[in-house]
Amino acid sequence: MVLDEIKIGGLGASRLRVEDNRFIRGKGNYVDDIVLPGMLHMEILRSPVAHARIKSIDTSKAWDIPGVRLVLTGEMLAARNLAWMPTLSYDTQAVLATDKVRFQGQEVAAVIADDPYIAKDGCEAIIVEYEPLPVIVNPEQARAADAAIIRDDKANQTDNVVFNWEVGDKAGTDAAFSRADVVSKIEMHYPRSHPSPIETCGSIADFDRATSKLTVYMTSQAPHIIRAAVALVAELPEHMIRIVAPDIGGGFGNKVPVYPGYVVSILASILLEKPVKWIEDKSGNLISTGFARDIYLKGELALRNDGKILGVRMHTDSDHGAFFSDAQPSKFKIGLIHAAFSCYDIPAAYLTAQGVYTNKAPGGVAYRCSFRITEAMFFQERMVQAAADDLGMDQAEFRRINFVRDDDFPHRTAFGFLTDSGQYAKCLDVGLEAIGYQDFLKEKEEAKKRGRLLGLGISTMTEPLGAGNSREYDILGIKMFDSAELRVHMTGKALLRTGAKTQGQGHETTWGQIVAHELGIPAEDVIVEEGDTDTAPFGMGTYASRSTPVAGAAVAMAARKIRAKARKLAAHLLEASEEDIEWELGRFYLRGAPQRGVTIQECAMAAYSNMPDGMEPGLENVAYYDPPNLTWPFGCYIVTVEVDPQTGVWDVLRVVAVDDCGVRINPMIVEGQIMGGLTEAYAMANMQFITFDEDGNCIGGNYTDYLLPSAWETPGYELHEVVTPCPHHPIGAKGIGECATVGGPAAFVNAVMDALKDYGVRNVDMPLLPDRVYKAITERTDVSGAPPVRME
Amino acid sequence: MTSLYEEITPTSSDIPIKRITLTLNGESRTVDVEPRLLLAHLIRQGFKLTGTHTGCDTTNCGACTVLVDGTPVKSCTMLAVQADGHDVMTVEGLAGPSELHAIQEGFKDEHGLQCGFCTPGMMLTSKALLDRNPDPTEDEVRWALSGNLCRCTGYQNIVKAVLWAAAKLRDDADGGGEG
Repeated sequence: MVLDEIKIGGLGASRLRVEDNRFIRGKGNYVDDIVLPGMLHMEILRSPVAHARIKSIDTSKAWDIPGVRLVLTGEMLAARNLAWMPTLSYDTQAVLATDKVRFQGQEVAAVIADDPYIAKDGCEAIIVEYEPLPVIVNPEQARAADAAIIRDDKANQTDNVVFNWEVGDKAGTDAAFSRADVVSKIEMHYPRSHPSPIETCGSIADFDRATSKLTVYMTSQAPHIIRAAVALVAELPEHMIRIVAPDIGGGFGNKVPVYPGYVVSILASILLEKPVKWIEDKSGNLISTGFARDIYLKGELALRNDGKILGVRMHTDSDHGAFFSDAQPSKFKIGLIHAAFSCYDIPAAYLTAQGVYTNKAPGGVAYRCSFRITEAMFFQERMVQAAADDLGMDQAEFRRINFVRDDDFPHRTAFGFLTDSGQYAKCLDVGLEAIGYQDFLKEKEEAKKRGRLLGLGISTMTEPLGAGNSREYDILGIKMFDSAELRVHMTGKALLRTGAKTQGQGHETTWGQIVAHELGIPAEDVIVEEGDTDTAPFGMGTYASRSTPVAGAAVAMAARKIRAKARKLAAHLLEASEEDIEWELGRFYLRGAPQRGVTIQECAMAAYSNMPDGMEPGLENVAYYDPPNLTWPFGCYIVTVEVDPQTGVWDVLRVVAVDDCGVRINPMIVEGQIMGGLTEAYAMANMQFITFDEDGNCIGGNYTDYLLPSAWETPGYELHEVVTPCPHHPIGAKGIGECATVGGPAAFVNAVMDALKDYGVRNVDMPLLPDRVYKAITERTDVSGAPPVRME
Repeated sequence: MTSLYEEITPTSSDIPIKRITLTLNGESRTVDVEPRLLLAHLIRQGFKLTGTHTGCDTTNCGACTVLVDGTPVKSCTMLAVQADGHDVMTVEGLAGPSELHAIQEGFKDEHGLQCGFCTPGMMLTSKALLDRNPDPTEDEVRWALSGNLCRCTGYQNIVKAVLWAAAKLRDDADGGGEG
């Protein structure tokens, strides 16, 4: 009797989550929950100003406070050659400031004390004298001829430019534009945003002098990369470094980079020979760590009157803050921005990009996305809607005639990516059907007669998820593969470890499902461990929706290696030759005699108790998986809104999402990921941004100013699916975690812009705050959201 | 009696200490605290109940929500001394060690959590809602939870979890009545 795969929690089962058993009891183990004997507490003093020379730092009063054990400044770090650290983008970043501060919130000093309250007291007792310098908060100011040079610490830096970069076919694109009937142009700013997991960053560094071993418990989405960085940069022996990422209270890209707080806590532990805990407060997290976006677009589409896109021309200006610390592994300077327009069949494309330094916190983390993909797809879909409007075409039809067709795969995009699968038009049709497209267009016209403004926005996109392959993606030279180690015990229960690190994605649940699918071992018989570099195989961590495409594939491959050995054991047990052994889920049997068989569990027992002569005992294996390509999921998001012309307030009427992420391992978890992603999309369109005034003050350094949506504002979602298996993934799966965050924002903004079409408004920058929308309506003008803002 | 930070804080004559007594998850506890100590920190570091998380420090996110005399309170902005004489419930008090409260079951059954960090606060706010309104509408659930932020789920499944728990609690109450 063949096993029922759903019953054993295999592929396609909406298995309830294993990790929930501890979370719902308050028994999670987050970094702040860990208490080590003799542990001290660290607090960081941050700069209150955005750009200033440090004239003096007086720490004497801090040292006087009972319970203060150590006060560290940049000068003390410099004496150990540790005042600066390399970033993941081949730049340098100040650990504690020495010469000057370059953004508000920059780390200036650290106090280590017996308890966190005393450490805070210590920070308040430090006196720093600053000499203010001119402040730069946008690319235009950064490029000005008389602009202050922010990175005067770098010998060859004579301006504020981080990089200039180009990609695509300039001549071919120019030719396409010269043939165009219509050229559609649009400019916009994708505002700075912060991923802002509820849990902030933190670490406990524990250097043990007796063993010379350094253990660091920390909020890291990629613990092995941290170990490598510590080994290669600090030149500590790699086997004496153990990084442990315990439960993580959300990551969203915020917990990929290396932050000064981690580094200082490690140094403090080495100096004091005691465990040192650093838990960032929320303001520290919001004003100093891993910003995302902050990028300007000038976009142009060359169009034929019949709606065909002939060419794309884009220029982006990205604001990287004071240090270029983008955590992105591609060889491309501005990430995968040129994945834009991958779902459309376009003959020619050309993109230029410039990155600049400003007096803002280091930016460029991939906030729930793959390295500038969110910006790419937002720009793409805003440009597409503007083009459809310019041609007077139906926005759905315009997309349909430009889509790559189902039988055109593999398809080389104009910017050079290779897409491999999808049913784009079908996804769009499912979405239009679900929203009731034609009926809504009629309803919109009816509403208009009564002075009501309705709008419908579409966003369709395919994006490359799951870095690497290793040919094109690496971090500091380390190739982007991932790994899984599967150990089957003698009773057929199993332990699985991977190089990924779950932060809510449910790996402890879904990895077992892949094992169940490959081996027929019930998912509940598989325990999953991640995040401890002493035990997990080397992997690149979890971000950019890469877990299922890469580590998930490694799980399947490790299980297949186990199955190959189990087949030999089965042949031995059945006294047959291996060629005569057949497999069905969970069981080998003799060809022609299906009643004669052995289960995978019986094979496991034999691996420890009855292996054939000459066979190595045991049943475990490790697989390192280097994917041949990225995976290409597709998303179609359709939003309807009503805008109140009297106030500029807009309400979401409906949200329809059609996602094609290939084979779904656990549909419940996939849908959870999509709804979470849609909410981030809604948040960015509606409220969530961090801006700066002309003095470089961060407006949004706490949750009172940085608005995150609650259950009350957040709309409900209607989810639909199309399944196009990934042709190269072992189980046909594609990434999904970020799709809705990436594709969603344009659907919300396009919907509001659709409602405002009669007012001659081409663009309102996100977030679409009521005052911006009101201004657009009453003044019939585009509205920019670029900093600086004037605070009344 | 627990003295917070007793082993590690050097005695300093200028820090006054206040003795308080509160009921924590049904058990009376007496403790000496600094007046500035936050309730969240007393619960986490003093009583070593780490299910109460601190998220934003400003009463916005609700990760630190506990019930004080049955009312949801953000324990990151309430002083421990203010809990003197009051009844405090944390996530650890929702059910016995081998049991689950219907709200806990609901969150698991409806996939109402992902990273789990906001979950204890969400569940306690939900409990306060269901204690006063056993049959809430979706809007009532969304409004009641509007002081608790979640970055993972998008709330739809959290709302379903609370409605699931409400239905189960009503069923249990009906069953109890008949039995």
